[in-house]
Amino acid sequence: MKTVVVTGMGIVSAIGSSVTANLQSLQNNSDGLSKPDILQTGHQFPVGEIKITDAELLEELKLTASLGITRASLLGIKAITEIFENSGKLADNANTAFVSGTSVGGIDKTEQYFDLFDEKAALRPYIQAQHPGYTTQKIAEYFGIQGLVTTISTACSSSANAIMTGARLIQSGRYSKVIVGGSDCLTKFTLNGFNSLRILSDEPAKPFDRDRNGLNLGEAAAYLLLEAEDATSDQRILAKISGAGNANDAFHQTASSEDGEGAFKAMNKALKMANMEAQNIDYINAHGTGTQNNDLSETNALKRIFKETVPKFSSTKGFTGHTLGAAGAVEAIFSILSIQEQQVFANLNYQNIMEDGLIPVRENRKHQVDHVMSNSFGFGGNCTSLIFSKHE
Amino acid sequence: MYINGMSNISAQPDDFLTSAEIIDIQGNILSAVVRPYRELIKPMLLRRMSKAVKMGIYTAVKSLSRSGLECPDAILVGTGQGCMQDTEKFMQQIEESKEQLLTPTSFIQSTHNTVSGQIALFLKCNGYNMTYTQNSVSFESCLLDAQMQLELDEDIQNVLIGAVDETSEKFTGFQKLDGQIKAETILNKELFPSSSPGSIISESAAFFSISREKTPRSLANCVGSKIINEIQSSEIEEKVVEFLSEFDLKPEQMDAVVLGNNGDHRFDDYYQILQQGIFNNILQLNYKSLTGENNSISAIGCALAVSVLQHQKIPKKFRANSKSASKFRRILIYNQYLGRNHGFILLERP
Repeated sequence: MKTVVVTGMGIVSAIGSSVTANLQSLQNNSDGLSKPDILQTGHQFPVGEIKITDAELLEELKLTASLGITRASLLGIKAITEIFENSGKLADNANTAFVSGTSVGGIDKTEQYFDLFDEKAALRPYIQAQHPGYTTQKIAEYFGIQGLVTTISTACSSSANAIMTGARLIQSGRYSKVIVGGSDCLTKFTLNGFNSLRILSDEPAKPFDRDRNGLNLGEAAAYLLLEAEDATSDQRILAKISGAGNANDAFHQTASSEDGEGAFKAMNKALKMANMEAQNIDYINAHGTGTQNNDLSETNALKRIFKETVPKFSSTKGFTGHTLGAAGAVEAIFSILSIQEQQVFANLNYQNIMEDGLIPVRENRKHQVDHVMSNSFGFGGNCTSLIFSKHE
Repeated sequence: MYINGMSNISAQPDDFLTSAEIIDIQGNILSAVVRPYRELIKPMLLRRMSKAVKMGIYTAVKSLSRSGLECPDAILVGTGQGCMQDTEKFMQQIEESKEQLLTPTSFIQSTHNTVSGQIALFLKCNGYNMTYTQNSVSFESCLLDAQMQLELDEDIQNVLIGAVDETSEKFTGFQKLDGQIKAETILNKELFPSSSPGSIISESAAFFSISREKTPRSLANCVGSKIINEIQSSEIEEKVVEFLSEFDLKPEQMDAVVLGNNGDHRFDDYYQILQQGIFNNILQLNYKSLTGENNSISAIGCALAVSVLQHQKIPKKFRANSKSASKFRRILIYNQYLGRNHGFILLERP
C-alpha cells in the first residue's frame, strides 16, 4: 500500500482567505462570526459568512456569470488556486484526480432563481447547478482536470470522506496526485433546515459546554493536494495521512446515538489503519458542533476510545461556524497546521463542564503534536475519522 | 469482484430484462413502476419514505437476499440528483412560510445520503457507508470505491452497491427549459432515431450484492470500471481501446456492448461513432428507449449486462443491430450524459 502525503493546502473561510490568514485568526482567538450580510435571509442567527460577494469572486477569478457558476464552485476555485500559487493551472492535469465533497452544492442558485427559470432564459444554465456534481464539474473545468472527477455528498462528513477516497486512490496505486476537499456556501435552504431542527444557536456556539444550545452555520472551501510519498520530494511534504475510517451509526437519520457507536467505530478503524494505539494521538480536532446531541455522543465515543487519558481536544467550529460539507477539509487543514506549528487551538466560548463531560483546550498553546485525529459526523449516521501525522 | 444478486426498478415491469414485452409510455417524464414495498417495509415506515428511499431500500434488500446475505460490510450508493422530492418540498415551504419555523421532516430527508443512511438503518449495518453524486458517473464512482475497498481492506468481503434517482415535479420540470427533456412529446419506443435535442427523463433504482470471492451464486465478474470526466467525441474510440487494453483486451473481444444512446442528437454521436467504428461487428444493445434517461440509469445498463451473462440470451427489444454472438462471456457498458461524465464498466461471465 502506498503512503499518502499532503503537499499543498488552500482555504477560504470566514476567518480568512488563505492558509496564513486562517492560522493568524486561530492564533489570535479571532472568530469569523457575524450576522448574514450576503445571504439574503430574514434570519439573524450568527453565521460564519465569507464577506466576498459572488460578483467580487467572479471578478477576482476572471470568470463571467453567464457560465452558470455557483458560489460553492467560486469558493472552491479560489481555495485550489492557493495550492497552485495563483497559477490557476495544474502542472499535470491529465494524471490528477479530483474528489470533492459538498452537502448542498449549488442550491443557493436554485433557491434564488426557482421562480425565474420560466421567464428568464439567461438564468437557465443554473438549472443543473442544483446537483452537487455540477459544482465539482465547474471547478474541474477551471483547472482543466479531465480524468477522474467525482463528488461525495454525505452531509457534514462529505469532505472528510473525499479526503479518505482520494487517499485510497493513491494507496491503491491508481493515481499519484489527487486534489481532495470540499466546498459549501451558506444557503437559505440549510439555514432554515437547521432552524427547523431547532439546533441553531442565536449566539456564538459553545461546543462541549454544559450550556451549549446549538450550532452556527458557516461557509468555506478547503482543498488539499495529496500525493504518493514515493512520487514527490521530501521538502514539499506538509504531513502524512496515516489513518482513515468511516462507519455508520445506524441509529437515526439526523440524531447521533448516545454512546456514539458510529463515531467509536470510525475512530477505531482509523487507528487500526494507522497501526496506532489510542495513546499515540496528541490532539483531536473534534466534530464538536455545539448541539446537545452531537457533543454528548462524541464525548461518550471519545471516552470509549481513549478511556481515562483523553488527549488534548477542541472544536474549531467556534471560529468558522459549521461549514457542513466543507468542515472535514477545513479541519484537516487546521489539524495539519497544528502539526506544523506544534500548537493546539482553542475551543472558543467554553465555560462549564457538562455532566460527566470532558474539558477541551481553552486557549491555544504550544504542545507536542505528532499525530492528530480529526472527526467529522454527518446526517444519515455517517461518521468519519482521519489521522494526520508529522512526516519524518 | 463478483455480483451475486441484483434487483432493479424502472419504468418497465419487474422482469423486463428477460421478457420480450415492451411497455409503451407516452410522455417525456417516466415514473418508476410501483413495487409491492409492503412485502419488505412496514407501512408506518413506508408512509414517511420518499420514492428514492422506497426504491433504494426495496432493491437493496432484494439484491442482498438473492445473494443470500443479510448485512454487507459496506454500503455504497450513487445518486446524481438525490432526494429531490423532499428538497423541492422544503424549498417551497421556505418560500411559502417566508422562513418561519417549519417542520423538519422534508429537510431531514433531503440530504443526498438519505438513501444510504436509511439502508444502513433498515439493515442495522454499522459498516462503511458512502454516497457519490457525480451526475451520470455516480454509480461508476461506487464501483470504483467498492473495488478499492476490496483491494485495501481485508475486513471487507461483501459490498452492497447501487444507484437511485427520482423525479420531482418542479425540479424535473426545469429540465424541459434547458433542453435536457425533449420539447416534443414522444412515444418512448420512438426515441431512436432522433433529430432533436434532449431525452426522456425517468426514475430508476438498481442494487447489486457484491463479494470479493466467487460464490456458487455469482452472476458476473466486474473486472473493472473507469470514469473520464471529459472526452471529445473524436477521441472516444481511442479511450475505449485504452480502457480495454488495461485488461489486455481488444474491442473485437467483446461479445456485446451496452450503449447509453438516449435520443439527444447533440450527444448520441459518442455512441454512434463506436457503433459504426470499433464495435461495428459486435452485438450492440440499447435500453434507454424503454427506461428513459437519468443519472442512475447506467446501473440499469449494468443490470442488463449481468442478465445477459446469466441467461445467455437477449430479448429482441434491446438489440440495436443484427450481429450475434454464440456465447456471452464479456460485455462492455458505456454511458455518458450531455457529453460529460463518461463511465465504462467491464463485466465477464464468472
